[in-house]
Amino acid sequence: MLGRTANGTFWMARYLERAENTSRLLEAGFRMALTRDAITAHEEWRSVILTVGATAAYEAAHDSDYSGDKVWNFLLREKGNPGSVLAMIEAARTNARSVRTALTREVWEAVNESWMSLKEVLARPVREAALGEVLGAVRRQMTLVRGAMDGTMLRNEIHNFTRIGTFIERADNTARILDVKYYVLLPSVAWVGSSLDNVQWESVLRAVAGERAYRWLNAGKMDARGIASFLILDQRFPRSLAFCVDKLRSNLFGLAHEYGCESSAHQLMRELGTTFHQNSIETILDGGLHEFITAFIASNQQVAQAIEQDYRFYA
Amino acid sequence: MSHSPSSFDEMIAADGTIREAYQGYRDWYDGQDQAALRRKGKEAEGFFRKTGITFNVYGDNAGEERLIPFDMIPRIITAREWRKLSKGIEQRVRALNAFLHDIYHRQEIVRAGRLPQRLIAENAAFLPQMVGMVPPGGVYTHIVGIDLVRTGPDEFMVLEDNARTPSGVSYMLENRETMMAMFPELFSKVPVRPVQDYPRRLAKSLAACAPTCAGENPVVAVLTPGIYNSAYFEHSFLADQMGAELVEGSDLRVIDGRVAMRTTRGYTPIDVIYRRVDDEYLDPLTFNPESALGVPGIMDVYRAGRITIANAPGTGIADDKAIYSFMPEIVEFYTGEKPLLANVPTWRCSEAGSLTYVLDNLADLVVKEVHGSGGYGMLIGPTSSKKEIADFARKLRAKPENYIAQPTLALSTVPIFTKAGLAPRHVDLRPFVLVSPQGIDITPGGLTRVALKKGSLVVNSSQGGGTKDTWVLED
Repeated sequence: MLGRTANGTFWMARYLERAENTSRLLEAGFRMALTRDAITAHEEWRSVILTVGATAAYEAAHDSDYSGDKVWNFLLREKGNPGSVLAMIEAARTNARSVRTALTREVWEAVNESWMSLKEVLARPVREAALGEVLGAVRRQMTLVRGAMDGTMLRNEIHNFTRIGTFIERADNTARILDVKYYVLLPSVAWVGSSLDNVQWESVLRAVAGERAYRWLNAGKMDARGIASFLILDQRFPRSLAFCVDKLRSNLFGLAHEYGCESSAHQLMRELGTTFHQNSIETILDGGLHEFITAFIASNQQVAQAIEQDYRFYA
Repeated sequence: MSHSPSSFDEMIAADGTIREAYQGYRDWYDGQDQAALRRKGKEAEGFFRKTGITFNVYGDNAGEERLIPFDMIPRIITAREWRKLSKGIEQRVRALNAFLHDIYHRQEIVRAGRLPQRLIAENAAFLPQMVGMVPPGGVYTHIVGIDLVRTGPDEFMVLEDNARTPSGVSYMLENRETMMAMFPELFSKVPVRPVQDYPRRLAKSLAACAPTCAGENPVVAVLTPGIYNSAYFEHSFLADQMGAELVEGSDLRVIDGRVAMRTTRGYTPIDVIYRRVDDEYLDPLTFNPESALGVPGIMDVYRAGRITIANAPGTGIADDKAIYSFMPEIVEFYTGEKPLLANVPTWRCSEAGSLTYVLDNLADLVVKEVHGSGGYGMLIGPTSSKKEIADFARKLRAKPENYIAQPTLALSTVPIFTKAGLAPRHVDLRPFVLVSPQGIDITPGGLTRVALKKGSLVVNSSQGGGTKDTWVLED
């Protein structure tokens, strides 16, 4: 397998994952904003932009006007924003095209069709009345691609690199959501257990499609600690950090098995895995959630870089 | 030029009867519901978009991907017609390879006075780097596309040889797939020779040309300029179908005297490169130093006999339009036989007598640039205005050696499906030929290109042409 092909499948998966997560984030932000007065709603939209790390780019285009329609159009389709959902689907499709020989026909067609249909859906600015439908369309298309991958790809190195891309990205996204919300909530430590707090945390759960699962597991009881534990340590939840780390590990192991040797990424991965085994939610909160998350984002990034190097993604 | 009644229609004879080749098909067609066929036509377009069978356009809408329109009425050739055609094609391809070997060695054909020295010496397609070397397996043009036009029941003529990197074979394959998906029952009624094993035959043919340093299973790679190239779909399609790696210049490097590709486990040597990159960009150390599409040093490896490049560099000398006019002599010189396939009569404007004739008859002729392709830079006399003709005459007088001229042919027509039913349109045919030390292998059929505009003679996809599935009937 070519290093460039590994690179292409890895980034295709990352862009698809990020596009999906951005749309989930928007969905949660939209719901929050609906239940708030205008000023708090703007705050909510500001935190959405902060979460995807686009504050500078956004304010360059719109100053500090965080009205909802500006924010969701920026994140969905704005031309100058390389991180828009449309731009990412396009980037995913370009990567898929460049590694087409590594993909099954069904995966390629699913990616290509997603791009064609979302290009159409996002051709014009999205009005508030249509936002829910548009976000749903994004999620549906990504689900289609995932289904094609799951149903048709050989479980070999190509699949490993694709999965690694997915989980590096997902772990990063979940961590960023947690981190931003943690900031937002910090001043309100005193409010733990208050209803505002609950709504905020529920929004976090919504952004990672975890609100129902969490409620089911906790009989509807919302508390910051439980939610943080769920998002960080619960191995059953497919968007938790622990789940992503576990998948990264097993896919890296798949590569080691197929290649007959480990790389520097494996060593880093082991270290990252250890932090999860040795920590409980208490030790994480005691040490500082923000510190934990920051360290996690950095380690996750290091693993990604080691993979790019070890497997010769670039000349 | 409007469609003249003198054009030979391949489906319907002058007296309105259906010709032999199309009888089985028409029996089926006449029993079909027109509205249902129209719906099928729309489905086909959706199918092409979805699978990404597109070509990229240069110029105005750079980056945009377009579809080549597909027409659902097949172009049909009888077994008898095909037998005759394929003999002619085989003879021509043998001659092309012998010619290339000679041109890069003793140039006997020049010594014998059958071809002017200047046509070689002054030709940009001639590569001095190829002089005196024999490519692995002795093959120069591994993949050839011979463009044919038809003017009558038994009159096929060669319009152009494509000895560099002929494209379009993916359309031949996808058109057949589409037809089989749209009309499965048709293929059980009419016996059509399959084309679907082309990629397998291509892989086999390329492997048979591997250099001696290759192992038992030679490693074959397709070299593409990348996703923005107009034929990228075809490159990825062929690599995929052959199970070969699709590589770009940046994936390759010369290591220990071999060309190697960067895999996730390190560099792995490759044996055969099916390159879809022009000669000029192949090796920045030998040719264009600005090229980022090629592999620095690949020509040294090639000259050492440790990589096969298909097609060989420098094969362009054989499909040059000035050389084309000498093809009858070339075929006879190397095969000792009369050419089985005729050339289109051609005036070489470099010759004073011809130039005078061409200038006097511009309104009736087609004038082409010697090095042009894609239907650009040409004059079609009968459809041009007085001013266009006068402008062209000036260009022609300034550089006569840049042009050849041919009569406006009454190209054959095959009906296409339109809202108003069947309507005749002009077509050409590009059969695909594989050459290896094991022999010459011609896929039955090829790519039929069709001018979709009524009366138009320009079939190029870049100028509004479409394609058809091409059937060769079983005996």
